Amino acid sequence: MNSETRILWILLLLGGAGLLFKAFGTSTGLGAVYVAEAKLPPEAVGKLPPRYIKTDPADPAGRLSWPRTVGLWLAALFTLSIFSYLYRDNVFYKLTEAIIVGVSAGYYMVVGFWDSIVKDLLASLWPSAARAWAMPGIPEHSPVDATFLVPLVLGLMLFLRFFPAATCQWIAQWPLAFVVGTFAGLRLVNFLDADFISQIRSSLLPLVVIADGRLHVVQSLQNTGLVLCLLACLSYFVFSIRHQGPFGWSARMGIWVLMMTFGAAFAFTVMGRITLLTMRLEFLFRDWLRLI
Amino acid sequence: MGLTVAVPILTRFALPEPTSPLSQAFFDRVEELPPGSKVLISLDYDAATEGELGPMTTAFLRHCCLKGHKVCLLTLWPTGLPLCDQNIRTVIKGEFADLNWQYGVDYVNLGFVPGNEVAIKLLAQDLRKAFPTDVTGTRLDELPLLKDVRSARDFDLVIDITAGTPGGKEWVQYAVTQGGLKLALGSVGVQVPQMAPYYPNQIVGLLAAIKGAAEYESALAQRYPERISLKRSAATQRMGPQLWAHLLMVGLILLGNAIHFATQRRGRR
Repeated sequence: MNSETRILWILLLLGGAGLLFKAFGTSTGLGAVYVAEAKLPPEAVGKLPPRYIKTDPADPAGRLSWPRTVGLWLAALFTLSIFSYLYRDNVFYKLTEAIIVGVSAGYYMVVGFWDSIVKDLLASLWPSAARAWAMPGIPEHSPVDATFLVPLVLGLMLFLRFFPAATCQWIAQWPLAFVVGTFAGLRLVNFLDADFISQIRSSLLPLVVIADGRLHVVQSLQNTGLVLCLLACLSYFVFSIRHQGPFGWSARMGIWVLMMTFGAAFAFTVMGRITLLTMRLEFLFRDWLRLI
Repeated sequence: MGLTVAVPILTRFALPEPTSPLSQAFFDRVEELPPGSKVLISLDYDAATEGELGPMTTAFLRHCCLKGHKVCLLTLWPTGLPLCDQNIRTVIKGEFADLNWQYGVDYVNLGFVPGNEVAIKLLAQDLRKAFPTDVTGTRLDELPLLKDVRSARDFDLVIDITAGTPGGKEWVQYAVTQGGLKLALGSVGVQVPQMAPYYPNQIVGLLAAIKGAAEYESALAQRYPERISLKRSAATQRMGPQLWAHLLMVGLILLGNAIHFATQRRGRR
């Protein structure tokens, strides 16, 4: 056993001892989830299975939920496994990563099936079957919407790329072309409208703001600053004029403005990452270790 | 960094965040709506950004409960569905259970709608085409809250809590610019510089990340001190570790630069 493995074992044993002490040596103990039966609406009593909601351990109606407690402990161990990557890549990290990716993919597939295939496609093409099987809320004599045959056929065409014969694989390119073409058309118009024309309109600001018969100095300075920064940024992207003299100064100022924008974006990103860390530590300290 | 974040969490260190004019404008927009107004909240985020955007959703829902607005929740992200349930459970059925809100009358959960941009366009044109039923499989005409609502434009305010695509940008492009929707955005930090130019002409409000959420909580606690406590407000609590982590980073950047210039000067000698 090398020194590194020895240190790791010592840390693991210390962690285990700490957990045992917290579980049996303190009044708060370790993470456990208690549940109480939720009240169902009167019309649902007897028709729906009982539902349980999280409750306080002190609640006399509450009882320990083993599945939720196991889930809590798994979440804590997965969090620690992900943190272990800070030391180096290891089997716990890899296992947790694979589980998260697998669960996410499975979840996406299930939601996609129920919300796209069943709720949209089946309910439109075969409403009686959808009603009998999964969606009792849809009206009894809903009309069949034959236009949904188009996405059904396009969807089936997509699967032809998995066929070994090259002669039919090209068919899969048609629905892709349809999707790309539709989105290109939709995006072009909306992007131009929302991010180009509307933004130009928003940039046309009065440099001197006079309202109610008086000059608004702060607003005037804000508007002037915004217009100047905008012109400076635009001048940086004009490559047909040499960036020298006053135009060069303007382009250089444009770089500064761009850098400040990227800096703000990066700072916001850092803030988001720290919040993520805070959230996970809150979970470990509050829900799992019950330290706060 | 771990210690810098962990110690303020364990000691519950948090300072109240003064509300900036941007967050105050958002708050006032919700506050000025008459009680009973219909508010659509789209939770376009997942567990990865729940730390930043979860407190924001909670704050909006609390505000709607306190003002007596009717709330309709939906998500354009498949993984946003459990978050809709969670927020209903913790705020409407939990913290504000005493209001005894009725499903279908005071709040509705429409669930997930697939289709990204197309779904947003559909929501702005015809709500029933996007959602034939709500999350429980009930037709929208059977829900009193949505009886007279034909499209997202019929809501008094639409709030999108956005973490990426589809999200705020798509709502502006496909529902505001062409649909004339009254939209306010609560954005994840990374997206804020992209969303800021939309304010105030294309969107009516913008909350920037966890800081914006903490400011909103401050405004809420100031207006409703009898119901809202900053000690139980997640965003305000998360700004404490944020402060120390930022101070540490600024210190490290200054130290790194000082070492860099000192090494450079020594090299010249």
